[in-house]
This record gives sequence, C-alpha cells and structure tokens, in this order.
Amino acid sequence: MASMSSKRLQKELTKIQGTLPPGITLVSAPDLREWVMDISIIDNPIYPPNETYRMRFSFSPSYPIEAPEVVFVVLAAPERKIPIHPHIYSNGIICLDLLDSQGWSPVHNVESVCISIQSMLAGNTKAERPPGDAEFVRSNRQRPRDINFLYHDPKV
Amino acid sequence: MDSDDEVNSVISSEDLGGDADSSVGDFGGDDSDVDFDELQEHDGFDTQEKDLKPRKKAFEIDHKVYSPEDIQRQQDDQVAEVATLLEQPHESTAILLRYGRWNKERLIEQYMDNQEEVLDKAGLGQDVQKSPPRIEVIDGFVCDICCEDTPGLRSFALKCGHRFCVDCYRQYLAQKIRGEGEAARIKCPGDGCNRVVDAKSLDILVRTDLTDRYHQLLMRTYVDDKENLKWCPSPNCVYAIECGVRKRDLTRVVPTVFCDCKHSFCFGCTLPDHQPCPCSLVKLWLKKCEDDSETANWISANTKECPKCHSTIEKNGGCNHMTCRKCRNEFCWMCMGMWSEHGTSWYNCSRFEEKSGLDARDAQARSRQSLERYLHYFNRYHNHEQSAKLDKDIFHKTEKKMTLLQSASDMSWIEVQFLEEASQALQRCRQTLKWTYAFAYYLARNNETEIFEDNQKNLELAVEDLSEMFEKPTDQLSGLRVEMMDKTTFCNRRRIVVLDDTAKRLKEGVSYNLHFYGFGVVC
Repeated sequence: MASMSSKRLQKELTKIQGTLPPGITLVSAPDLREWVMDISIIDNPIYPPNETYRMRFSFSPSYPIEAPEVVFVVLAAPERKIPIHPHIYSNGIICLDLLDSQGWSPVHNVESVCISIQSMLAGNTKAERPPGDAEFVRSNRQRPRDINFLYHDPKV
Repeated sequence: MDSDDEVNSVISSEDLGGDADSSVGDFGGDDSDVDFDELQEHDGFDTQEKDLKPRKKAFEIDHKVYSPEDIQRQQDDQVAEVATLLEQPHESTAILLRYGRWNKERLIEQYMDNQEEVLDKAGLGQDVQKSPPRIEVIDGFVCDICCEDTPGLRSFALKCGHRFCVDCYRQYLAQKIRGEGEAARIKCPGDGCNRVVDAKSLDILVRTDLTDRYHQLLMRTYVDDKENLKWCPSPNCVYAIECGVRKRDLTRVVPTVFCDCKHSFCFGCTLPDHQPCPCSLVKLWLKKCEDDSETANWISANTKECPKCHSTIEKNGGCNHMTCRKCRNEFCWMCMGMWSEHGTSWYNCSRFEEKSGLDARDAQARSRQSLERYLHYFNRYHNHEQSAKLDKDIFHKTEKKMTLLQSASDMSWIEVQFLEEASQALQRCRQTLKWTYAFAYYLARNNETEIFEDNQKNLELAVEDLSEMFEKPTDQLSGLRVEMMDKTTFCNRRRIVVLDDTAKRLKEGVSYNLHFYGFGVVC
C-alpha cells in the first residue's frame, strides 16, 4: 500500500520542515522514496564540530512497517566523510539494531532515527572501525537490510 | 550423495514386530510432556493384544505418528491444564508455555517463584488496561504509525496500551507473519515494548488466511521446541513423529521411525533409514564419499607413490627412471627400488630383487591397501544404492507386470501380490545392505566381525537370488510364485537377523577402527 508510506512521510516532512533538534538538518526530500539528512556532533573530540555527516534514507512502500534503509554517504563538495565509529563501516553501512526488522518499531520516524544515530556518535569513545571492516567493505554486495548483524554490544 | 532419492522403505507388518504403542522402550521418554493416554484409544482388548504381539526387536524403537490435529490437541490440552493452575487466560498461558519451551514443570515452578519476572520476560508484563483488548473508536486519537487522525478511526491496543489504527496493526502483523515468518514472538509495534501479540488479539485483527499461516507457524515452533518431536522430512508430509531417543544415545541406537506417509527415516539425523550404521558414522561416510570416492578410484588405478616421500605420481610417458619432483628421489617405476641399484640395466628393469625395492613396495602396498579397503566398501555401498534405484524403477513396473501375469495365468489379484511384496523386500534389504558396508568400513576387526560379515553375506546372497527371480520374464513368474514368496520371507528374515545383531552390539558398545575416523571425531 503505497499510500501508507506517502501519507506518513508527507506528515513527517511537514513536521521536520518546521523544527528539528540542533545538529540535524534536512538537505533534500525530492520525493517520498529517498531523503537526505545532515547531522553534526557537538561535545565529542572524535568528531570536529565543523564536520558534518550526510545520511541517505530510503523508504520502501511499506514504511513505516518496514524500517528505512539508512547509510552514510561520502561527498567531495561540500565535504562529507563517513564518521569513524565501531559500528559504522567505512562504506557507510550502519550496524544498529534500530534499523533491523527485530529492533525497528513503526513508531520510529526519520527524526527519531537521526537523534538515535546522533547520540550513538556523541557517546562514542573509540575512534575505530568495526572489526573486519576492510574485509566486509571489500566483499559485501548485500543491501543493509539483508545483512544479519550481530548486535553484541548493547552499550553503544 | 543424493539422499533424497533414496528408496523409501515401506513398512510391512512383519518388521514392525512390536507396534509403536506397545510396551515401554529402552529409551522411552522419561520426562516427556505428552500425555500418551489421552491420545491413545483404549478399547478393552489391550492386554490380549499385547500378549499376542511379537516381542520388540533390538533394532526397533518406540515412536508415534501425530497428525497436525493431534499436535494442535496436544498443545491445547497442555494450555488448558496449565491455565487452570496459573489462573491465566488461555492465550496468555500459550505465550507463557512458548516462552518456557513447553517445559510445564519448570515454567510452573518459575511462575510460582517470581510471577512478575516470568510474565515480564514472556512478554506479558505491565498491564495498563485491564479490559480485554478490542477494536475501539476513541475521540482525538492519532495513529503514531500512519499519522491518521480522521474522527471515527478504528484503533486497537494490547494490554500495554500502545494504540494504533486497525489498518496499521493489520499491515504490521501481515509483515511479521508473511514477511518474517514470525508467530510466537510478535511484539507490540510500540517502540521498545515487549508485549507479545496473543492469538485472541490476532483473531480480532486479521483475516483467516493470515490466521491459518499464524497457527501453522506456531505449530512449527511447537514441534521444533520439543526434543522428542520431529517433522517427517518427506516432501509435503504433514505428520510429526514422537520418539524418546536422546542425543547422547545415538551412538548406541539407530532410531529408525516409520511415518504414516510410508517414509522411514532416522529420528536422530532425519536422513532416510540408515540402519544399522549409527548417525555419526553416516555423517562421516557421506562426507568421505562426497570428498574422494571418484578421485580415489582414479588415483588407485593410475598412480604410484614415491617410495621416499609418498607423493602421488602419475607416469604420463617416458622411461622407468623416475625423479620425484618433490624430494628428488630417483627410483625405478617398475620395481620401485632405488635407481642407484640399477647399475647399467637402464630402461628395462629385469633386475634381481634388492632389498630397497621390496621395502618400498611394502610401504606402498600398505598405503594402497587402505585405499583399496575404502574402495572395497564404497563400491559395494554404491552398488546397492544403484541397484535400489533400479529396483525402484522396477517397482513402478511391478503393477503392470502383475496385471500381465493375471491375464497370462489364471491367478487372481490377491495371488499376484507376491510380486509387490518381493519388490518391497528388495528395496528394504538393499537399503540395509548399503549401510552395512559403510558400517563395516569403520568397524574394528575382532571375533564378532565374522558373525557380522556372515550375516551380511547371507542377506546379500538372498537379495541377489530374489533380484534375479524378479527379473525373469512374466511367463516364468507364475511358476516361481511359491519360490519367490519363500525367498521374500527369507530375505526379510535375514535382514532382521543383521539388524538385530548389530543393534544388540551397538547397545553393548562397538569398537571402531579409529584410524579411519580422521582427527578429532569421537563417537
């Protein structure tokens, strides 16, 4: 039911075009399939305050029953890097239970996902990539939703 | 190995000596939750029947076949029983039992110790609303999923109070059941809410096609959760089998069970019947055959080994003076002796035996012997597998043959049944024979081996005789009727002798030739 995701996203869009929490901005929402968001992190020396990170949200027609696909993307101008974090692979794929079918709740929305990722980065103390990053980045051909992540670290 | 294609043995009354529901077995489920009595029909002739039944053979194991309705009834009975004890509604009790993996006693104990914690962990904690969940229309309600706020919007909430519109709830449940194959632990769509959706609420919300799938999934988890229940692996079969055999007993018993769909399989590993070979050996054997049977054949036929470093060498031309590429050892291809001892008799080994050549051939012979040994058993195993496949083809032609025979002679339909019985006996015996060879490969040689091999040989001879008769043209078959019937009975008896003997020995503990096990395998 395409009308489900579009109606919901329309409402979300109206809301986030109004106000958003500090550090979260809507870059573009050209249609109701893919949105681009920017986030920045305050108060964590791992992430310089002037650096901003770009995320791409892709929605399936059954959003919000199904979780959106969320990845970080690299851009040359304006410069956007993949933030360093033990749960973010260098190709931008995020290992977060919230984005998996088990952890996702249809009550979540784009804003709450941004806030969760922002706080995940703000609370990070390790400037490192996930174990096996190079191997994963080289060999992964799966879409994030099809990867079976093991959420072994409930703290981060 | 294509095990799916193996012959499905068909049960005859003969080798099901003691029926599945007779006396208590050696491995009878001692803490099985299932109430046998309730599912068994008592007809007052019980004792007499038991006295008349032949005794259970050593290779037979008690088991029982359940239809989906039986399994549903089992679940319902247990839910009803526990529900009265815990004073919980049926749908909540079902959730509790699933959480406790249907271990009633432990669940009741835990529940009595700490009711709050158990309810919470099972997904039944924190009741916000007391009234049973139903579809309601609430003023000023906005659905958090679709953001719909039309007045008169029908909405639903579990006891946790997280309310969503009916359409969203339906979509959510459809996604979980259809998309993710989830049933036992579908949670409330609310963020972080642990509340499990119960069967009653589901019935309120979704249409029958989805409830059917939901109950099917629940049934699947029930059987999967219970150690003493397994689905029959035959395609499209809906039955489940109950058998009390334990994992740790699988070295001492081969629990072949017979489903009502006529498929017989091992309860331990769900592979088709592999008596008398225990599961762990079957696994090893299949792996070994998959790995190296064809390669080993070729190596045996076409290569020799370097007498020094034992590298496998294929001579693809040239003279008898060999230089091993690996260890630079020079030797003669003919006598395998050192080349330095060959003097001037180059390229034509007619030399008198020196010691080095003898030793080298000895060592080679030993290593070849182990390969030959494997091939010996493999070829026989393989032969029976192939023959069983051919017999299966013949089985399909049997009926035609039976009709032909009826018209050619003046026999009645009943009188030609011996052909079908012979065909079934052939397949069953070949299946057994096949696995005796895999079993024999791993068996350590001792006095008892001879008994085993004699039994094996007797069965094999009987099977080949019967097989030969079976292939005879139709006009001769009517004359062979009595002889074939006798042979069929004889084959079946020989098969029972083999199985009975090995089963008894397995129970006592068999010594295996661990050398062939490879490393790190403990049986």
